[in-house]
Amino acid sequence: MKYIGKFDPQKDEIVRVMDKDGKIVNPKLAPTISDEEVIKAYSIMNLSRRQDDYQNKMQRQGRLLSFLSSTGQEACEVAYTMVIDPKKDFFVSGYRNNAAWLTMGQSIRNIMLYWAGNEAGAKAPDGVNSLPPNIIIGSQYSQATGIAFSEKYQGKKGVAVTTTGDGGMSEGETYEAMNFAKLHEVPVVFICENNKWAISTPTVQQTKSLNIAIKAIATGIPSIKVDGNDFLASYAVAKEAVEFARSGNGPVLIEFDTYRLGAHSSSDAPDVYRPKSEFEDRVPYEPLVRLKAYMIAKGIWSEEKQTALNEEQDKHIASEFAWVEQNKNYPIEDIFNYQYAELTEDLKDQLAEAKEFFAKYPETKDGGHH
Amino acid sequence: MAVINNIKAVTEALDVAMGLDKNVIVFGEDVGLEGGVFRATQGLQQKYGIERSFNAPISEAMFAGVGLGMAMNGMKPVVELQFQGLGLPALQNVIANISRMRNRSRGKWTAPMVIRMPMGGGIRALEHHSEALEAIFAHIPGIKTVMPSTPYDTKGLILAAIESPDPIIVLEPTKLYRAFKQEVPDGYYTVPIGKGYKIQEGNDLTIVTYGAQTVDCMKAVEMIKSTHPTASIELIDLRSIQPWDKKMVIESVKKTGRLLVVSEAVRSFGVPAEIIATVNENCFDSLKAPLARCTGYDVVIPYDRGEGYHQVNPQKVVEAIKKVLDYKF
Repeated sequence: MKYIGKFDPQKDEIVRVMDKDGKIVNPKLAPTISDEEVIKAYSIMNLSRRQDDYQNKMQRQGRLLSFLSSTGQEACEVAYTMVIDPKKDFFVSGYRNNAAWLTMGQSIRNIMLYWAGNEAGAKAPDGVNSLPPNIIIGSQYSQATGIAFSEKYQGKKGVAVTTTGDGGMSEGETYEAMNFAKLHEVPVVFICENNKWAISTPTVQQTKSLNIAIKAIATGIPSIKVDGNDFLASYAVAKEAVEFARSGNGPVLIEFDTYRLGAHSSSDAPDVYRPKSEFEDRVPYEPLVRLKAYMIAKGIWSEEKQTALNEEQDKHIASEFAWVEQNKNYPIEDIFNYQYAELTEDLKDQLAEAKEFFAKYPETKDGGHH
Repeated sequence: MAVINNIKAVTEALDVAMGLDKNVIVFGEDVGLEGGVFRATQGLQQKYGIERSFNAPISEAMFAGVGLGMAMNGMKPVVELQFQGLGLPALQNVIANISRMRNRSRGKWTAPMVIRMPMGGGIRALEHHSEALEAIFAHIPGIKTVMPSTPYDTKGLILAAIESPDPIIVLEPTKLYRAFKQEVPDGYYTVPIGKGYKIQEGNDLTIVTYGAQTVDCMKAVEMIKSTHPTASIELIDLRSIQPWDKKMVIESVKKTGRLLVVSEAVRSFGVPAEIIATVNENCFDSLKAPLARCTGYDVVIPYDRGEGYHQVNPQKVVEAIKKVLDYKF
């Protein structure tokens, strides 16, 4: 292994391949990845960033509900989902995972549909093993462990990848899940996207641990800290971790050191709680800038290509949103039909009652919104 | 047919299910070699191996979450919580994740899992070992909750729960684990979830109960004969708390005109209140007396020296029956 076990979380060592200007500073640590793959990754990062911007505008206009943007965290999200097979492996997401969802193969229209308030958006397409956004933080670690347990038990070769933030790592269930996962040596990759802020609580008020990776040590799980804004480093370590778990070595924890450039959700204002200087210090390290500079220096990218990509992606995002605005509502049956495998007698009665009421007063279905 | 008690019925159900389907596994605190504190899983590890029946580190939230992950990925986990009161950390996952998974993923992911937990008082246990929290589970859409009182129902309901495509909470009254024995069929059979059982027919009063109070009620029905020799009482064991057998209860009260609901749980906002409200909505024209309940009091479940005050007992049920039967408008 090139990374796991080589970088000591107890010494706060970190895997980094490129500097803030996209210059390769550790060529020995660079992953084997084709230019096409790098361009594909960058393209998804760019798409996610532009989708975040667009959704922010729509949310401000009251056309989407609050949502959680991935802005600033795209590199690691794309990296750890690129290295798994969406059909065979599982992604057990948190709620701030737009770039990861896109990489898994979820459509923008579905993601936007979810943020528009329609559960159908949480249903990933066939062949995409991506779970709905997990709003209760930390809980996804247990679910991923159970999924991974089943993979091992049933003799399948899939790996479960799950992610939470630095705040989520304070939830007891993350430790409980890691403990169980290690006892059973199940193929799960635990990820923490340490973006330094859990809503308005900074990491320094979240834990006295030297870093997040160190939290795995008590469970016996190997862990590693990576520059999560460095796509190449993130990709390299994620790939090794997934292969490590898939080969029967049990779980692994990766801490991606990243930074949330936006608000926690579109409903809060980070200017109130986040020092301006800290934000300004982190902007130059943002993942898109770094990877783009790397690609340009390598001669595989240009400003012209960037402009064309932006135009194409903006058009796609807008047309997906137009579809969402046309299709965001659903019939009354949908709030009843998915409670159980079959409607209970009682729910049949309640559905009939509701249908009768809304046939008479259809305008009231817009609910209590003011 | 074997004559067995409730705890043996649990073991038999799990044994039958594990014998039929390799994807059925059981885990929880101490459930492995020892078979759990009540020995419900005794012998399963020896028979099916440590991979299918094992001790889990003590972390109830994780049990429930891991069980959910297993269930979403093709397995049939049966999670044992040691006591209802000690299983509260799991409640978050039951309510926030397990009950919602089918709905929030619009059917892409489902949670066909079973969570079993001993519950209820009357066994002189320590604090936090005697709670009766069925109303909490029954209140949550997306899960189903059953509470058997006999060995036959225990085995049949657990097998139905394991077969079910929905997540099922099985509440097992600890007081009844070894209280009596009954003939139970060998092999596989199920008791339908949502169907009550009429212990006896009657025309003057319907008693609806479940769990350990079925025994109290059966005794009370005998005792009331000394003062009300002609009273004809219909006694229903609900068996399923949610969904519950509305049809059976409504038909019964339409016939008898009187209802008493008996539960050991604390009084307010409980299952009896729900049943009474439903009967009120459906049987108002047939009623001959106010709808009544016999329950515990709204206090923290007392520790051993005070538990007797709180528990439903046959005499309390007798007094409640008298009040309903003797009521005059």
